[in-house]
Amino acid sequence: MAMTLHVEIVSAEAEIYSGTATMVFAPAEMGEVGIAPRHTPLLTRLKPGEVRVQAQGGEEQSFFVSGGMLEVQPHVVTVLADTAIRANDLDEAQALEAKERAEKLLADKSADIDYAKAQAELAESMAQLAAIRKLREKR
Amino acid sequence: MAGAKEIRTKIASIKNTQKITKAMEMVAASKMRRAQDRMLATRPYAEKIQNVISHLAQSHPEYHHPYLIERPAKRVGLIIVSTDRGLCGGLNINMFKTAINAMKEWSEAGQEIDLTLIGTKANTFFKRLGGNITSTATHLGDKPSIIELIGTIKVMLDAYEAGNIDRLYLVHNRFVNTMTQSPELTQLLPVSGEVDEQLKTHWDYIYEPDSQPVTDALMIRYIESLVYQGVVENIACEQAARMVAMKSATDNASDMIDELQLIYNKARQAAITQEISEIVSGAAAV
Repeated sequence: MAMTLHVEIVSAEAEIYSGTATMVFAPAEMGEVGIAPRHTPLLTRLKPGEVRVQAQGGEEQSFFVSGGMLEVQPHVVTVLADTAIRANDLDEAQALEAKERAEKLLADKSADIDYAKAQAELAESMAQLAAIRKLREKR
Repeated sequence: MAGAKEIRTKIASIKNTQKITKAMEMVAASKMRRAQDRMLATRPYAEKIQNVISHLAQSHPEYHHPYLIERPAKRVGLIIVSTDRGLCGGLNINMFKTAINAMKEWSEAGQEIDLTLIGTKANTFFKRLGGNITSTATHLGDKPSIIELIGTIKVMLDAYEAGNIDRLYLVHNRFVNTMTQSPELTQLLPVSGEVDEQLKTHWDYIYEPDSQPVTDALMIRYIESLVYQGVVENIACEQAARMVAMKSATDNASDMIDELQLIYNKARQAAITQEISEIVSGAAAV
C-alpha cells in the first residue's frame, strides 16, 4: 500500500477540506514546498497562493489560500488558512480604526443622553395622559 | 357600558403585537439554526491551532513567546462580546453582571482595567458605566467575518506586548442549549499551556524562516480565532434567547387577549341585559 498523509485545510470560519493524499504542495514563505509522507515536523507561514492536494489515484485538487500557517507532522498536514489578506500595515490600519471608534463613542455624549432624556419625557407624558383619561372617566 | 369599543381596539392592538412577536420568533428560530452551524464550523480551526500551541508551550524552542510568559498583573484587559440588537431577554445583562463582578474583583486587587467592546449593547452599557474603553467593533451582522475583528483585537494584543496590560480576558455567552445560555469568562493571555500527556515528546518543529515570526503569526491567529469563536457563539445565543423571549411574549399576548375577550363579553352582555330591562320596564309603564 502506498503511504498516505492525512490532510486538513481549515479556516477560522469553516472547514475547507479533509482527506488523505500522497503528496501536498503549498506556497510556503520561503518558496513552494512539497510534502510527502513521513516528512519531518515543520511549521511555516504561507503566502497567498494555491495549495494542491494529490490524492491516491493521482488526481489533484487545488485550493486557494490568502496566506496562513502550515503545520506538518509525519503523517498529518494541517493548513490553517487565513480568510483575510494579512499584512502588518493593513492590520495596523484596522487597529487604528477600532481605536478611533472607541474615541468617537466616548466623545459622542449627546446621542445617548438624548435618548435617555427622550425616554423619560415620554414616560412622563404617558403618565399625564393616563391621569387625564382617568379624570375624564370620573366626570 | 364600560367602553366595549375601547376593549375591542385594545384586543386588536395586542393581536397586532402578537403577530410581530410570532414572526420574530420564527425568524430567530431559523437564524439560530444557521448560527449553530457556523459555530460548529469554527471548531476544527481552533482545535488544530490549540494542538500546535500546546506543543509549542512544551517544546523548548530558542524563542519564548511573550504570550506564554506569566507576569504579575497590574493592568487587565477585558474583551466583552455582546449583541447588536435587543429583544433577547436577559442575555446581555446577565453577561454584563459577570463582567462587572470580575471587574470589581480586579479593582479590589488594585488592578486597572482596559475594555474592548464588541456589539452596540456593550457600547451603550459600558459607556454609561464608565471605564477605559480602548477599542470597539459594532454591526458585525449575522455572519461576522474575522476581518472585522482583527483591528479590534490587535489593539489589545499590542497593549499586551507593550506591557500596558498583563492579562487579557474574554467574556461572552456560551451556548449550552436552546433554553440555556451561560455567560463565561475565559483567560486569553497569557496562554495557559495545558500539558497534554500524549504530546510529551522531545521533538521540535523545523521553523521556516525562523521560530520567532512563525510563532508570532500563530499566536495572533490563535487569539483571534478564540475571540471569533466567542463572537459566533454569542450570535447563536442571541438568536436562541430572542426565540425564547419572543415565544413567551406571544404566549403572554394570547393570555391577555383571552382575559380581555372575557371582559369584553361580560360588558357586552351587561349592556344587552340593561337594554332589555329598560325596554321591559318601559313597556310595563305604558
